[in-house]
Amino acid sequence: MSAAGPSQGANCAPSGGSAAAPAASVGAHHARRLVLLLLIAAVALSPLIVFAADAVPTEKDSVAASRAVKLSEKLRCLVCQNQTIADSNAELAQDLRRQVHEQIAAGKSDDQIVEYMVARYGDFVLYQPPVKATTVLLWAGPALLLLVGVFGLTRVLRGRRAEAEAPPLTAEEHERAARLLAGSQGKDLS
Amino acid sequence: MSKKLLIPLGVFVVLCAFLLVGLWRDPREVPSPLIGKPAPSFVLAQLHEPAKTLGTADLKGQVWLLNVWASWCVSCREEHPLLVELGKAKVVPIVGLNYKDESAAGRRWLAQYGDPYNVSVVDRDGRVGIDWGVYGVPETFVVDKAGMIRYKQIGPITAEALEKKILPLVRELQKS
Repeated sequence: MSAAGPSQGANCAPSGGSAAAPAASVGAHHARRLVLLLLIAAVALSPLIVFAADAVPTEKDSVAASRAVKLSEKLRCLVCQNQTIADSNAELAQDLRRQVHEQIAAGKSDDQIVEYMVARYGDFVLYQPPVKATTVLLWAGPALLLLVGVFGLTRVLRGRRAEAEAPPLTAEEHERAARLLAGSQGKDLS
Repeated sequence: MSKKLLIPLGVFVVLCAFLLVGLWRDPREVPSPLIGKPAPSFVLAQLHEPAKTLGTADLKGQVWLLNVWASWCVSCREEHPLLVELGKAKVVPIVGLNYKDESAAGRRWLAQYGDPYNVSVVDRDGRVGIDWGVYGVPETFVVDKAGMIRYKQIGPITAEALEKKILPLVRELQKS
């Protein structure tokens, strides 16, 4: 830095005495480094910007295109598992979208295409899981939990009502209560 | 403590148990629907001799492994020494599926890290990969004599998977 300092100071700082030169050169050096860092960051992040572009349908035929988009939105990308193949730009998603396009062009029905995907990747490829024996809990679970919750809540509420509507005191209990109250009053007064 | 308090505690413990089990499971490992089904057929050009082809029909009658790999695949390098060792032992033929790769880069990669494959075939656009349900390279399939897929390893082969699952299965299938 000390060797490069003077020349940098001469290049970047418009003026400066011999005493100010080192400080100015350090500042210029930092500024340069910052610019360089920003440039590196921009270059490094540029692929993200490129990949962030939405998937563009390739069909000229708009009916086929909208079918392809609808199907792509039903199918999960197995690489980025929380994205559909319509959302994802992973290589596999692109390939699967191409498959969807090709099969539509070949005259396959939506069901046939979905079947094709399920045969290769399993039910997991469907964004909406099918109702079957193994997925019953998944589908019925929330309703079941709600039922259990409602049942529990009514039981608790009924219990509270029973508590609130406690039976009236017997004569004996009245007498005891009066005695206790009198006793405590007596204590307070003394 | 009253019994009523034990119910939420019990529910909490069960929930925790489920979550704990979930921690040790890999959500990326999606069970293949192809296990127990006939291996999807292919006829592909060979990596080293592009004029020649290799098809699934050529492999009928023997137990073989299909290893999906690519020169761009970082985890492939992780499993590669194990494959090279397995290739040297000549226990089972290994077919390499060079997946979505430049052939020249693939050949260079094998020259650099060793070639454990009896034959590598080229799946340039990944269509055969889709047929086999490939979604994360590397993947390894065990195919039996009748041409059925019997096992799929998703991700790099580990020494443990090789010793405990793949090799015992291969030996068993070779006997039958």
